[in-house]
Amino acid sequence: MNREIAVVAFAQTDHRRTTDEFSEVEMLMPVLHQVLERTGLKTSDIGFTCSGSSDYLAGRAFSFTLALDGVGAWPPISESHVEMDGAWALYEAWVKLQTGDADTALVYAYGKSSPGSVRDVLTRQLDPYYVAPLWPDSVALAALQAQALIDAGATDEPALAAIGARSRTEAATNSHAQLRGSVPQGEYLVRPLRTGDCPPIGDGAAAVVLAAGERARDLCERPAWIRGIDHRIEAHGIGVRDLTDSPSTRLAAERAGAFERPVDTVELHAPFSSQEVILREVLELDDSVRVNPSGGAPAAHPVMAAGLIRIGEAAARIHRGESDRALAHATSGPCLQQNLVAVLEGDPR
Amino acid sequence: MSKEPVAVVGVGQTKHVAARRDVSIAGLVREAARRALDDAELTWADIEAVVIGKAPDFFEGVMMPELYLADALGAVGKPMMRVHTAGSVGGSTALVAASLVAARVHGTVLTLAFEKQSESNAMWGLSLPIPFQQPLLAGAGGFFAPHVRAYMRRSGAPDTVGSLVAYKNRRNALKNPYAHLHEHDITLEKVQASPMLWDPIRYSETCPSSDGAVAMVLTDRVGAARAPRPAAWMHGGAMRSEPTLFAGKDSVSPRAGRDCAADVYRQAGIADPRREIDAVEMYVPFSWYEPMWLENLGFADEGEGWKLTESGVTELDGDLPVDMSGGVLSTNPIGASGMIRFAEAALQVRGLAGEHQVEGARRVLGHAYGGGSQFFSMWLVGAQPPTS
Repeated sequence: MNREIAVVAFAQTDHRRTTDEFSEVEMLMPVLHQVLERTGLKTSDIGFTCSGSSDYLAGRAFSFTLALDGVGAWPPISESHVEMDGAWALYEAWVKLQTGDADTALVYAYGKSSPGSVRDVLTRQLDPYYVAPLWPDSVALAALQAQALIDAGATDEPALAAIGARSRTEAATNSHAQLRGSVPQGEYLVRPLRTGDCPPIGDGAAAVVLAAGERARDLCERPAWIRGIDHRIEAHGIGVRDLTDSPSTRLAAERAGAFERPVDTVELHAPFSSQEVILREVLELDDSVRVNPSGGAPAAHPVMAAGLIRIGEAAARIHRGESDRALAHATSGPCLQQNLVAVLEGDPR
Repeated sequence: MSKEPVAVVGVGQTKHVAARRDVSIAGLVREAARRALDDAELTWADIEAVVIGKAPDFFEGVMMPELYLADALGAVGKPMMRVHTAGSVGGSTALVAASLVAARVHGTVLTLAFEKQSESNAMWGLSLPIPFQQPLLAGAGGFFAPHVRAYMRRSGAPDTVGSLVAYKNRRNALKNPYAHLHEHDITLEKVQASPMLWDPIRYSETCPSSDGAVAMVLTDRVGAARAPRPAAWMHGGAMRSEPTLFAGKDSVSPRAGRDCAADVYRQAGIADPRREIDAVEMYVPFSWYEPMWLENLGFADEGEGWKLTESGVTELDGDLPVDMSGGVLSTNPIGASGMIRFAEAALQVRGLAGEHQVEGARRVLGHAYGGGSQFFSMWLVGAQPPTS
């Protein structure tokens, strides 16, 4: 196995608090057009298409079927969909390219959190018999995790505040980010988390193109080669996990080869500042590594696309020559239950 | 580049019923998974990854249920993926799992699909109002009935063909202990006298709402060599999608279905499906879809599918049996229905289909579709490993 596969193009929307004027497909289409334009490919040139989204955000069954219209899916295409963050759609596409059945893949993801209360919506992810009926929201669960870290002496509130501030300062140069520059740390949302520790609620979409071998070199001056990619899940019950650790991230990183050589850039999908503390620890990242130069999830968090954006941002830095070896991470589920790690490299310069 | 051959070495399903009030969602899926592992004589530790499918999340009211189900499916510490491609999802899920083996990313993978429809009301779950979109007209039957009408007009099929399919499939279901509907007193007259729901679709020509789950263990050549029972080998698999509604769409015989079948046949080296394929587990939620898909899948020329049905070719003892298990018409846990077709195809070539076994079935097609005849997924499995 291990056919050489690279991210050859990435595009994303400007992420915004509300996009009432757009449907999902209208939000998505410019991104699809951009990512294809960057490679010169047409829809008909793409070997496999895969998307990630959630019916629950859209508030309706089979919501992704209409988004597919944005691809201009005629004549019929080879296509699949994961009800997960787009990072897992990228994983499915990567596997498909590994089989040799396709040489190129279009991956996209989108989510609009603005029509409802995303904190309430995400409670529907929880065990439907014992936990979901209590409606513990995503911020409250993250706050449990943050408090566990503080209790363990792994961080404190000023350190958490610094993470949020650093992310948004980095985002000052990211025109797509929702929160940029100096943002007040704000009041407590759920102790010990303040608004500045939590991701903004917003709408957005992203797309990447993958290509294998020589095809990647034809389509991109400096392809971002996926040297390894893996994902792992943990137990669902918050009470049976050590919330200060992330063994699934560690295992995925090992499998992806992340520890074989140092990386120079990291894009973490850590919506809450406290989660960055955990991920830095398990990924063995010190201060010499540039973490979330895009601003990361604290600066823009379109649910279902935020993980794919991490891979896209890491790849784009390699495309631009700003990184040689980057790690991208995506998460799903409450308190970092499920994690994906990809290691990307550019050709030597 | 060469792909690893993919073998089905374990199949498990629940007894499908209207409401499994005795188990949680986790209990339901674990039951099917456990049976698939038992069939393969493997343990949870032998499984490297889990690929799960269902559609849509609104039916049970659980968003991304794979998160909650990770523990029940022994997935903790492993990769777990969740596929959702509308009604074709069961097939797509199996194909994603098969790709993991074919790409040599994993050696042995558990794939599973389920629906616990008793947790909600499927008809209204599919009928949420969408601005500027054609409503589904109270469930799927309202959407598909006009397409059946169009088929009848185009093909000149007599209006008795639909009831023949329903009568056949419900009789086949009597031979399948896992099927939901076991109508021991079924007669053709009873089908034809059943109430008209969405003209021309009668009550007995529609699928039930079922609770159920199905699981398969997929493995590589090494895993197949260790398997205690015969394996089913994947010879071809494909997915195709096209929009639900657009000018020029042929809703009677969508191009996505034709292209998908052609891709599978190309991979499997099938030139004449009517002669080279022994049986078909076809996704037929409304009886008329049997003749329609017979044409779409290349088993009959355009306008000729109903003649195969009418002449008994698709009966269990016919020349091309269709829906030996009783099909979707007898069992419909929506998110699982596609994978049940794939799994039943595998059971047939393994010779393990029990009373509804087709004698000497060597190559069998499993077929699924979803959305407004928009998503298609299919695989062809054989009793022998693929040669190329």
